[in-house]
Amino acid sequence: MSDDPDSWDRAALAIGLLLFDPVFAGGLHLRMRAGPARDRILDALSPLAARRIHPTISDDQLFGGLDLGATLKSGHIIDNKGILDTAQVVILSMAERCSTGLAARLAARTDRAVTPVIIALDEGAEPDETLPPALSGRLALYLSPEGRMPAGWAPVPAGTEPFDPADVTIAAEQIDALTTLAARFGIDNLRAPTMAVRLARCHAAFSGRSMVTDDDLGAAAALVYPQRATTFPEEPAAEDDTPPPPPENAPDDSGSDGQPDTLPDGDLLVDAVRALLPADLLAGLVPAGTVARASGNGAGKARKGNRRGRPLPSRPGRLDGRARIDLVATLRAAAPWQPLRRQAQPDTPGLLIRPGDIRVRRYEEMSDRLLIFAVDASGSAAVSRLNEAKGAVELLLAQAYAARDHVALISFRGSGAELMLPPTRSLVQTKRRLAGLPGGGGTPLAAGLEQAAGLAEQSRARGLTPTVVLLTDGRANIALDGAPDRAAAAADALQMAAVLRARGTSALVIDMSNRPQEALRTLAGHLNAPYLALPRANAERLTGAVSAALDA
Amino acid sequence: MKTPFPFSAIVGQAEMKQAMILTAVDPGIGGVLVFGDRGTGKSTAVRALAALLPPIRAVESCPVNSQKTADCPEWAELGSKKIVMRPTPVIDLPLGATEDRVVGALDIERALTRGEKAFEPGLLARANRGYLYIDEVNLLEDHIVDLLLDVAQSGENVVEREGLSIRHPARFVLVGSGNPEEGELRPQLLDRFGLSVEVRSPGDIDERVEVIRRRHAFETDVEAFMQTWEPQDAEVRDTILKARKRLAKIQTPDEILNDCARLCIALGSDGLRGELTLLRTARALAAWQGNRRLTRAHLAAIAPSALSHRLRRDPLDEAGSGARVTRIVSEVLG
Repeated sequence: MSDDPDSWDRAALAIGLLLFDPVFAGGLHLRMRAGPARDRILDALSPLAARRIHPTISDDQLFGGLDLGATLKSGHIIDNKGILDTAQVVILSMAERCSTGLAARLAARTDRAVTPVIIALDEGAEPDETLPPALSGRLALYLSPEGRMPAGWAPVPAGTEPFDPADVTIAAEQIDALTTLAARFGIDNLRAPTMAVRLARCHAAFSGRSMVTDDDLGAAAALVYPQRATTFPEEPAAEDDTPPPPPENAPDDSGSDGQPDTLPDGDLLVDAVRALLPADLLAGLVPAGTVARASGNGAGKARKGNRRGRPLPSRPGRLDGRARIDLVATLRAAAPWQPLRRQAQPDTPGLLIRPGDIRVRRYEEMSDRLLIFAVDASGSAAVSRLNEAKGAVELLLAQAYAARDHVALISFRGSGAELMLPPTRSLVQTKRRLAGLPGGGGTPLAAGLEQAAGLAEQSRARGLTPTVVLLTDGRANIALDGAPDRAAAAADALQMAAVLRARGTSALVIDMSNRPQEALRTLAGHLNAPYLALPRANAERLTGAVSAALDA
Repeated sequence: MKTPFPFSAIVGQAEMKQAMILTAVDPGIGGVLVFGDRGTGKSTAVRALAALLPPIRAVESCPVNSQKTADCPEWAELGSKKIVMRPTPVIDLPLGATEDRVVGALDIERALTRGEKAFEPGLLARANRGYLYIDEVNLLEDHIVDLLLDVAQSGENVVEREGLSIRHPARFVLVGSGNPEEGELRPQLLDRFGLSVEVRSPGDIDERVEVIRRRHAFETDVEAFMQTWEPQDAEVRDTILKARKRLAKIQTPDEILNDCARLCIALGSDGLRGELTLLRTARALAAWQGNRRLTRAHLAAIAPSALSHRLRRDPLDEAGSGARVTRIVSEVLG
């Protein structure tokens, strides 16, 4: 979808709909980098008078709570209203950094109340750096305009006599058509067709109609479905010969209802949505906006937590509903000022405490460990090694919860390395990803290490503590640039090892060749990592060895 | 606030609905874990359940919903001591809720403005005698999980912080939902749920269409929709109440106890909790179905939801544990 002027047309329509009736439009997930183009979109949205929130916003600000400053000053309790209670529309900036906790709270809110409508600004660069699915799945519109913004771009204005969306009727067959369509694109989440139905009504009202037409269905499907699709529907030609079950139902239904025009219409819809599907869908990748967040990162992300771990000295801070007050330290801070404050406020009873006296507790939290398996899947390391590694990954995951471990798997073969499994704690996802991992080709050891180093850096930024577990037979023969050159390959590998070590990433080298390789021992030295020769391992032995080495 | 969707109008998902109803018949079952795809009506079902459950009698001003004034905790400053009927509490525990909000804490407002040491009850207090609902339970932070395990085990919430020493009853049915793609649930917490069910998006297109149609009907005219479904919700409510009365009188033949034990041994489930839950749930099912006597059919019907999450996990086993339970049930019970 690169450089796609149509995507700007869709954006213009979506924003027109949002301006028209944000509640019916159902929220927006806008995935694009900050810049003049995005500023233009935000300008266009400005009539909504949205309140802005950010991912680190406190519960107090969101849901309301004690206004500490005013309370202490007046001597009686003064509450703040929360943003969610007052705003019609909220804009969540830096949505890619939104925690699952915040996403869940906002999602629960959208389930229970009509407002506020959420507009999430997602600046994620990596596919899995995005809004948590709990929230993105509840936002009807998804936009990721590509290429240059057309000159004079502006949201589509509503028709001359717009209608109230609540009064728009939609025929049962039209609801069926949207639902069937979602099923054909492999969209299992039934929220999607629900939102499409609402959006179709919104679009009809926007165009000044009281009845939903095919146009409205097309617009709704094109705005809601493409980014959620997981499969291509069957080719229409193949359909005619041997209709697969889902598409078969739609014509049947409409036929019995005496609505023959729904049949071609269904295909029109399919084509409309198909044209918008991301190109990489064929490769079996789930598109960016919907990818399930790979890491089950519910717990223990922050380095400086305020809940558990080793206590640190208390610091001045705000009581924002998340921090715990250190009462003793607070009183100690307030004590010296009492005579002075008493002079100013002789009539106020009790201690005179100012917001600046508040001390909050801090703890240093242990961050979760991430085991990055970098596995040699080359022809020389027999393919069975890969199976052992897969088994080990699954076994380690199965016992990982208590150890706060996540795992990731990188395989290197042929001319490069590939991230086979992004950091995760989910066995289900792991099994799915590991099934049918290919093997064979050269040994690009340096590329594997490079990928591992990159992933280690990324995960460190997310608060994980990465450890690289390298499984190889050490016969590196592909250099970092992809050229087959044994000497350069070895040198590159040592260099990458030095990089890893310089960044302080801990590692473990497991030699899986039949006879221990001196080169690998050297590499382990460069990594400052334990070296383990483990010929003919199986998954259990490997798991045991890794656990033992890590605990040592 | 939106009106919750009527429980009876939820299309399909029979296993999930039954599990929830059984916990309403016998809260001692210990809760339901609903795992599965997004958008399958997990949250809808829990919120619908709240509206469906029979009301409870409680002291009006009691922070822990006590039935009698004598049961109210001594730290509570009771205002009105009137006994009122109120809906069974269904409390949301949001992810990222702080420890203070969950267990309760020193009332900072009063401490700072009036210099009084008072306890501000948390979510656990409010959930007493009702339901505690955790969406995305597998993403819950560890320290909150630890708290829940402790309280769910003892039925009592003990708070020792900031110079407070407070305890109050906290008996609730735990309902958790989540998506296994995003992380595993800790075995200890898994075990705490009486039943577990897996929900999937309906594969049948007609069923999907029905879901969307009902949703649409609900959204366009809430009142009419509620009126259509209220009689059916009321029927479920009545049946729950009748089943509660019947529950104590359900006969449990010795051979059924024997079957329970054999089933759990054959499955190798850890501890005795599996057997106890199996028995309790089977009895609740019998009561719900209006039977007087527990039979093998009851056991077989609920064994997958009572046992599948208690098996030792074999990560290399491709078949789901639900399938394993069904296989062994048919082997053991014939």
